[in-house]
Amino acid sequence: MDMILDIASWAFISGGIIFCLIGGYGLIKLKDFYARLHAASLIDTFGVGLIFIGLMFQAGFTLVTAKLILILVFIFFTSPTATHALARAAINHDVLPDVDTEEERDLVRQTKTTKSSTS
Amino acid sequence: MVQVLALATALAGFWVLLSGYWLTLIVALGVASIVLCVFIAWRMDVIDHEGHPIHLTIPGLTYFPWLLKEIVLSNLTVAKAILGDKNARHPQVLRVKASQSDALGQTVYANSITLTPGTVSISVDDGYITVHAFMDETAEGLRSGEMDAKVCKLMGDATPLVGDAKT
Amino acid sequence: MMFAAAAAGVVVTMVFAMALALMGPNVYNRILAVNVFGTLSVMLIAIYGFVDGRPEFLDLAIVYALINFIGTIAVTKYVTFSDMGHGDDGDPAGDI
Repeated sequence: MDMILDIASWAFISGGIIFCLIGGYGLIKLKDFYARLHAASLIDTFGVGLIFIGLMFQAGFTLVTAKLILILVFIFFTSPTATHALARAAINHDVLPDVDTEEERDLVRQTKTTKSSTS
Repeated sequence: MVQVLALATALAGFWVLLSGYWLTLIVALGVASIVLCVFIAWRMDVIDHEGHPIHLTIPGLTYFPWLLKEIVLSNLTVAKAILGDKNARHPQVLRVKASQSDALGQTVYANSITLTPGTVSISVDDGYITVHAFMDETAEGLRSGEMDAKVCKLMGDATPLVGDAKT
Repeated sequence: MMFAAAAAGVVVTMVFAMALALMGPNVYNRILAVNVFGTLSVMLIAIYGFVDGRPEFLDLAIVYALINFIGTIAVTKYVTFSDMGHGDDGDPAGDI
């Protein structure tokens, strides 16, 4: 039984590490800021998720597992907020995504909010 | 009032999780800090259905497993696209309709979009969400409007027809 | 042993993130890199607790996860407004 748990745990942790490495590689390889956001969200969801599930298998039903779940839920709820805030800040500073058509760039431009604009 | 109790319970659970001691003095200090936190939150006027959406607990039991499944699938496609060559990726910006009736529903939808790898919500206005998609597959998944319908169901709003969410 | 390998994998990813933070063409790439670096630190602290057989390290990981989020939001707000205390004043840009 311990054997099976160990194997499952290592499978999850290895998967998580592989996804972390892919995400980190993507951060370097991709040249566009908005494309890099997607690589970062790979680490924020699957990287953290798989590694922590693997650690839960090691810990069993203890307080440690409860803490791991707490961290996992916290990261899952906050990482979209941080990503969105970062994207909004970049748009307000005229960093536009590298897309094919001018219409798409206009779509982004019109979401810009400036200090002078009044609502 | 239910939300105040929910906040107090959540804080108490968090405190017990971190402490693990049951001495009288320490428990008394814990209770005092919980009361202080709830009082500050009440004065800040952040204890409402938006800050503590406990009414979503039961519908969330079907929504979150579905969201997890979506996250797993799009993780695999995005990982493949990062490792592949330039043709595998096609960054694009699109506008999708958020059919939810209130701000909380639209926030849940936008956060779900951002949490799913391959799509980042850039802006929410007038019931439309501007999304930056990493590749064609993830953009198509969003255009089909399936997630929109699921969030509407989660919030208890009228469900739009799937395939109705055009840009 | 396998925990050490996992920690090594996380450290390699941290090197990638640090490289982006150093070479990033603008400040937003750097903030993104630091955000990823923070998430990886949470993972590294959690794994290190298991390497050492002292899962109390998870308390540090919780605190680090909290600080990482608030730090990212604060720095993002600072580079946008050059001011932490920028009042909203009905201005949609203050509502980042």
